[in-house]
Amino acid sequence: MSLSRRKFLGWIGAAGMTAVAGRKASAATTHHFEGYPDSIAVLHDTTLCIGCRRCEGACNAVNALPAPEKPFTDLTVLEKDRRTTSKTYTVVNQKSGAGNGKVFVKKQCNHCLEPACASACFVKAFKKTKEGAVTYDQSVCVGCRYCMIACPFEIPTYEYDNPFSPQVMKCTMCHPRVVEGKLPGCVESCPTEALVFGKRDDLLKIARQRIARRSDTYVDHIYGEREMGGTSWLYLSSVPFESIGMRMDLGITPAPELTAGALGAVPMVVGLWPILLTGIYAMNKRKEKIAAEEKAQAVASTLADAEEKAVARLDEVMEKAKQEKTQAIEKAIKEALEAEAKARAEAESTTDQESDVTDDSEKDA
Amino acid sequence: METIHTLQEFMLHTKNVTYVLMVAALVGITWFWLFLTERDEE
Amino acid sequence: MSEDATTMGKPVFSPFNIAAGVILLVGGVLTILRFTFGFDAVTNLSDYNPWGIWISFDLLCGVALAAGGFVTSAAVYLFGMKQYRVAVRPAILTGFLGYALVVIALHYDVGRPWRLPYPFLVRQGTTSLLFEVAACVALYLTVLFIEFSPAALEWLGLKRARSIVVKLTLLLTILGVVLSTLHQSSLGALFLLAPSKLHPLWYTPYLPIYFFVTAVIAGLSMVIFESTMAHRFFFHKMDEAHLAEKDVLPLGFGKAAAFVLAGYFIVKVIGISTGNNWHYLATGYGIWYLVELLGFVALPAFLYAVGVRDKNITLIRWTAAWSVLGIIVNRFNVCLVAFNWHLPTSERYFPHWMEIGISVFIVTLGVLIYRFIVTRMPVLYEHPDYDAH
Repeated sequence: MSLSRRKFLGWIGAAGMTAVAGRKASAATTHHFEGYPDSIAVLHDTTLCIGCRRCEGACNAVNALPAPEKPFTDLTVLEKDRRTTSKTYTVVNQKSGAGNGKVFVKKQCNHCLEPACASACFVKAFKKTKEGAVTYDQSVCVGCRYCMIACPFEIPTYEYDNPFSPQVMKCTMCHPRVVEGKLPGCVESCPTEALVFGKRDDLLKIARQRIARRSDTYVDHIYGEREMGGTSWLYLSSVPFESIGMRMDLGITPAPELTAGALGAVPMVVGLWPILLTGIYAMNKRKEKIAAEEKAQAVASTLADAEEKAVARLDEVMEKAKQEKTQAIEKAIKEALEAEAKARAEAESTTDQESDVTDDSEKDA
Repeated sequence: METIHTLQEFMLHTKNVTYVLMVAALVGITWFWLFLTERDEE
Repeated sequence: MSEDATTMGKPVFSPFNIAAGVILLVGGVLTILRFTFGFDAVTNLSDYNPWGIWISFDLLCGVALAAGGFVTSAAVYLFGMKQYRVAVRPAILTGFLGYALVVIALHYDVGRPWRLPYPFLVRQGTTSLLFEVAACVALYLTVLFIEFSPAALEWLGLKRARSIVVKLTLLLTILGVVLSTLHQSSLGALFLLAPSKLHPLWYTPYLPIYFFVTAVIAGLSMVIFESTMAHRFFFHKMDEAHLAEKDVLPLGFGKAAAFVLAGYFIVKVIGISTGNNWHYLATGYGIWYLVELLGFVALPAFLYAVGVRDKNITLIRWTAAWSVLGIIVNRFNVCLVAFNWHLPTSERYFPHWMEIGISVFIVTLGVLIYRFIVTRMPVLYEHPDYDAH
């Protein structure tokens, strides 16, 4: 299981790419972005840095930052590792080099070609300018600090001590000065050419030449050429970059690509979820309707059955009643007839005796 | 048309359009459902 | 069922009220501190750790735990599970309150809260997943407000307005599910931008999917949890239908939660595999990951299942509380524990007590508003003037 972190990240990237194949493919085939042509950059050759902290002082002055506790001439500050703060855009750290040697490395915003902070910002406060700097516009910043989560170099800082108008603070690459044709403060103050200002393409050529010419001195890597899609600060070193506090496991995927898949899924959900959900709703409604109809039908047929039965029974009863009535009538008639017959018979027997008289009388008559 | 130089700019442009389309889609699909089921018997 | 004797008769100085009063008082003081002296006075936030518990708890957990609204309304109005109809209103109410509290908490967390509408009104940073989260949360808060409004309108006796809103139920429910799917998942996608800071076991391209699925689990579990609380403390406010639902709801929602947890367990394991991160499991972070995966995913799935099979309502209720805790653990892991794992301990974040104080203050505020509403509006009972539908 000796899997390097870099390889792992590559795999993660590959997984992400597969997940967003549709979106990514179009970006890769018909849209390839090289960044702004002729944009400027700074090459920091750490082998030439003497740790004088003059760049720190110049940065402080140029950006009108508050004065530090210890003056910039005090080199004991270098004994402890430092990071950028809301009052310091740049710091020089001292690292141990080959043998007993020391290596100094300057830290500031690397001004990515595809800035993670810009990708993260929901008010577009960060912008990659055509000159090369990544600028920050405090006038729209809400202060969510997602840029600080996103930055792989852990550069942006926040004014946590400012209650009413806190800002994100970071190196501006002296964008206002560069636009005026001046050098960035740090570059201008550097006494050893450890910082070289120029077009990024030219600086890459210079860096390659230096590595080729002194291959025994330099590590064969230009930090910033491809890290996170490339940066506008480039670094050369005589010792492995990890040992001077620069992560080699960041990968080469530009920040916007990391979220492209998730962002691409959003319109798919908006487009298809209502269809799916309405479909489920309609199916359930139809099921309910059928159930209701079946119920109604069952009720109706039961009712009809009952009615039929009732009618049949009524008929039966009626029939029976009729029969009973007929019987009763017949019986009554029969009785009446019998009674009459009896009466007549009785009458006949008496008239037999009287009949002679009658007959006689009749005869008489 | 302005040339897009960075992936970030490209994403910004396409997402801007996508958000407008998504709002249109939600309104449109609601209308279409009503159109589709208008003559259904209750 | 308006103001009945049971609520009116309760003493003003009950232990709960005294505790709530103290929290509100302290919270008020902390609020003043936060907005007059800034972050440094009340938080341990730093340049390495820009997001503390106001994001990990108040935003990430708050939004996940407020998912009950969309889960319940979808179950009833879209999936046709009419038997849970009485659960919709309390779920919508807690959902609405949850999102409202999230927005209140964000006012503490961002540097210039009065600029919170800027992403919509001033400049649209559409490449940011936070833009999507913000847009969806704002819209969904509005949707929840409209969805809940019938209860308030019934209370106020505005019949015509109520009938208009009720006609929109289907539209609002679908919109609610769409918006919830989007922002629940996007909260996870926020961290896709920081592969170099989040531990590989937690960083995966599946983060948005995990966040959405856990939101469903959180929603189901929270509805069971909240209904338990409501049956305990507000039973006198309930009508027959709500009282009868006491055992039906945990059985149904517990069954759903068990199955969704099982699915989540599967995709979590697949996540380890696609990242080929098996070897990390033997490290300290790996053991903590296994605690989350086995203790807060597999275990509640199993306990829910046993509870449903045995019709053991008590077990289901305890499992719901455990699952809610599991969601909190997951959000804390992604946002705090596994985030910045590469930094030395001295640079890691631990919340200041005042940050915790403000989070407790906001939750208390939510409980008090909930109590105010359910003791007045027809949430746990049906208004006698209105039909069941």
